[in-house]
Amino acid sequence: MQALDFVTAPNLALVVLALAVIGYIIGRVRAVAASKGDPSSLHSRPGYHAAFVFIWTGLPALVVLAAWVVLQPFYVEPKGYEVFPKSVMESTTQPADLKMDVVKSIAKALEDFSPEQREKLVLGFRDIESALDRAGVAVAEIDQSYMPRAAQVIFETRQSLKPIMAAVVLGLAVIGFIFSIAVVSRRMRARNRVETAVRGMLIIASSIAILTTFGIVFALIFDTIRFFSVVPFQDFLFGLTWDPTFQGADEEGHSVDSRGFGFVPLIFGTVYISFIALLVAVPIGLFSAIYMAEFATPRFRSIAKPVLEVLAGVPTIVYGFFALVTVGPALAEFFTNTLGLEAQGRSVLTAGIVMGIMIIPFVSSLSDDIITAVPQSLRDASLGLGATKAETVRIVLLPAALPGIMAAVLLAASRAIGETMIVVLAAGATAQITANPLEAMTTITVTIVNLLKADTDFTSPQALSAYALGITLFVVTLVMNVYALRIVRKYREQYE
Amino acid sequence: MTDMTTTAAAAAAPATDPNAVGYKMTARNVDVYYGETRAIKDVSIDILDRTVTAFIGPSGCGKSTFLRCLNRMNDTIDICRVTGEIKLDGGDIYDRSVDPVQLRARVGMVFQKPNPFPKSIYDNVAYGPRIHGLTRNKADLDEIIEMSLRRAAMWDEVKDRLDEPGTGLSGGQQQRLCIARAIATSPEVLLMDEPASALDPIATSKIEELIDELRQNFSIVIVTHSMQQAARVSQKTAFFHLGNLVEFDDTSKIFTNPSEERTQDYISGRFG
Ligand SMILES: Nc1ncnc2c1ncn2[C@@H]1O[C@H](COP(=O)(O)OP(=O)(O)OP(=O)(O)O)[C@@H](O)[C@H]1O
Ligand SMILES: [Mg+2]
Repeated sequence: MQALDFVTAPNLALVVLALAVIGYIIGRVRAVAASKGDPSSLHSRPGYHAAFVFIWTGLPALVVLAAWVVLQPFYVEPKGYEVFPKSVMESTTQPADLKMDVVKSIAKALEDFSPEQREKLVLGFRDIESALDRAGVAVAEIDQSYMPRAAQVIFETRQSLKPIMAAVVLGLAVIGFIFSIAVVSRRMRARNRVETAVRGMLIIASSIAILTTFGIVFALIFDTIRFFSVVPFQDFLFGLTWDPTFQGADEEGHSVDSRGFGFVPLIFGTVYISFIALLVAVPIGLFSAIYMAEFATPRFRSIAKPVLEVLAGVPTIVYGFFALVTVGPALAEFFTNTLGLEAQGRSVLTAGIVMGIMIIPFVSSLSDDIITAVPQSLRDASLGLGATKAETVRIVLLPAALPGIMAAVLLAASRAIGETMIVVLAAGATAQITANPLEAMTTITVTIVNLLKADTDFTSPQALSAYALGITLFVVTLVMNVYALRIVRKYREQYE
Repeated sequence: MTDMTTTAAAAAAPATDPNAVGYKMTARNVDVYYGETRAIKDVSIDILDRTVTAFIGPSGCGKSTFLRCLNRMNDTIDICRVTGEIKLDGGDIYDRSVDPVQLRARVGMVFQKPNPFPKSIYDNVAYGPRIHGLTRNKADLDEIIEMSLRRAAMWDEVKDRLDEPGTGLSGGQQQRLCIARAIATSPEVLLMDEPASALDPIATSKIEELIDELRQNFSIVIVTHSMQQAARVSQKTAFFHLGNLVEFDDTSKIFTNPSEERTQDYISGRFG
């Protein structure tokens, strides 16, 4: 049992790394020896041979270890579920996987227990309650005796796997070690092989970002599908009313009125508010960028640019505040008293304007960099033909900088679409479709917050609809980015 | 060895009244500073009307810098400062009342490095006429464009692809496009900074023909590193060295019987 306690994934990784370091040194020494004092006779420099041994010793073993850690639960957990009584497995109010979380925490605690304590667990866990509690197990959740038994099964399965894991991982490391040291020779192309391995690692690194994207979709997709099994797809996509009835849902969600899940008011609110925000941010941001890049003195620029960028660092809740207590009342006052219109503090206009102010730096700072990056020779060409500065900006610089400016605007737009705090405070939470910017409205993000912040059960159609909204938001921004990239590429071809 | 500044000044001293007819531009005691560095030292020179003036001299001697003074392109460089007096048709171009934008429409420039706009060939040439409103309709503009491209010896090459980007042309074609763009505005003075540096002999001789033709109506200043070219196209030649105007005289005199030893050395290839 003592030896098994040592066999944990981090310990194994350390051992493998230590072996790899030893391999690195031996590889280097062998390569130097193989050169017989003439370094130029080696195909690859000793460092490459050393790296070659290091990679062969460490990499396969560590990859297998990582895979093992990820895959082990898929083997172990079913064994635990076998112990669960039928009633628990079939309950829909309290899913079995929540119980499994408790079981797993007990199994984890068992690893640190003495054999006597382990025995006591199955006999009657009350005796070691305090020990479990100290190990971080939510003792109150242990409701029936099947849990300790399942924990026992999981613990034992894990223990039985440990020697196999150790053997496989260490075996691989040793095989790689021996093999790679054996092939060190004068003509071995260690450099090329190391390059290949490095390239492989770079590819893996860059695919992590892509995998994360898929991971996000994956995490949302199942619950989204569950949602669409309750609410028909077309009702969601084309429904004009968003009013999920929170009381009427039964276990299967059949009694829920699916017409309450109309998505259109939410996307309408989102697009409307973002549109107003861009209406504010794009002209102001672009003009200030042009001023900074072309007209301002270097001194003014060096002060004003950082100040403008500070706007981007202000937490959005502060903007929300500003909207709620300053802009909203001021606008309401203006529209009601001066123009005689009916207006409240919370409105699309308030949220849009404040959001616009928030995203000004995104437009201005990027556009400024992009305009500044247009080669001086183009400015000279235009000025040399007798154009004014303004003509040069309008006819030469802006078209040349357009792809970059488009990218800046789209970045700002996706910020606006994803923005939550300002809308919560400034636009209200009324899902409705109206062209009147003085009305309250809500957006996708705010609705998601409202759906999930209530401590409801995550399997209700109301909660599930949040996943559907999330994935829709994801798709909308994805389409926008892809579209932006295509525009950028089109212009780039034209201008290069 | 004689004192450099006095001889230079003596050599460059104008023979007649600078404001008399025939003098398009006159420069007196011009100094140009880049920050603390003095790149042009006390240069006085006359650019005659309907004449080609060549600036020659070793790399870095200030030819481009001085050329850029003549249409105030140096204004666009923050650290650059110009002192002295430069006149166009008798009016000081550095006077407060002068709008550098209008000046540059009268004194056009072809830059050392080709710098076409990332626009179509047509739009490149049409740029000047459009901003100055030189044409009344599309037919007029088409005509100017065809004429400019013909004179720059590239009409036949590009007439079928006027809407392709100017930046997609070869280096030499880009250079001719920039020449076409500059003459489309019909400036009174055309400043050309090594306009043939990337051209093959045929295009070069076309450009030289163009320069000769333009001389009928305009005055032209050309910077060149080719002695033969200077000898072929120019009537006046100015030799610059280390920011000084060493010698300025008739081209025939400079190339056959220069009065300065340094000019002789440079022309015969002994330095620079
Ligand atoms: N923008 C600038 N900033 C600072 N110094 C400059 C600048 N432009 C030119 N200079 C300096 O002024 C001097 C003259 O440069 P200029 O470009 O006029 O030379 P040139 O005679 O045209 O040379 P070339 O034949 O190589 O084109 C050089 O020493 C150069 O380093
Ligand atoms: Mg030059």
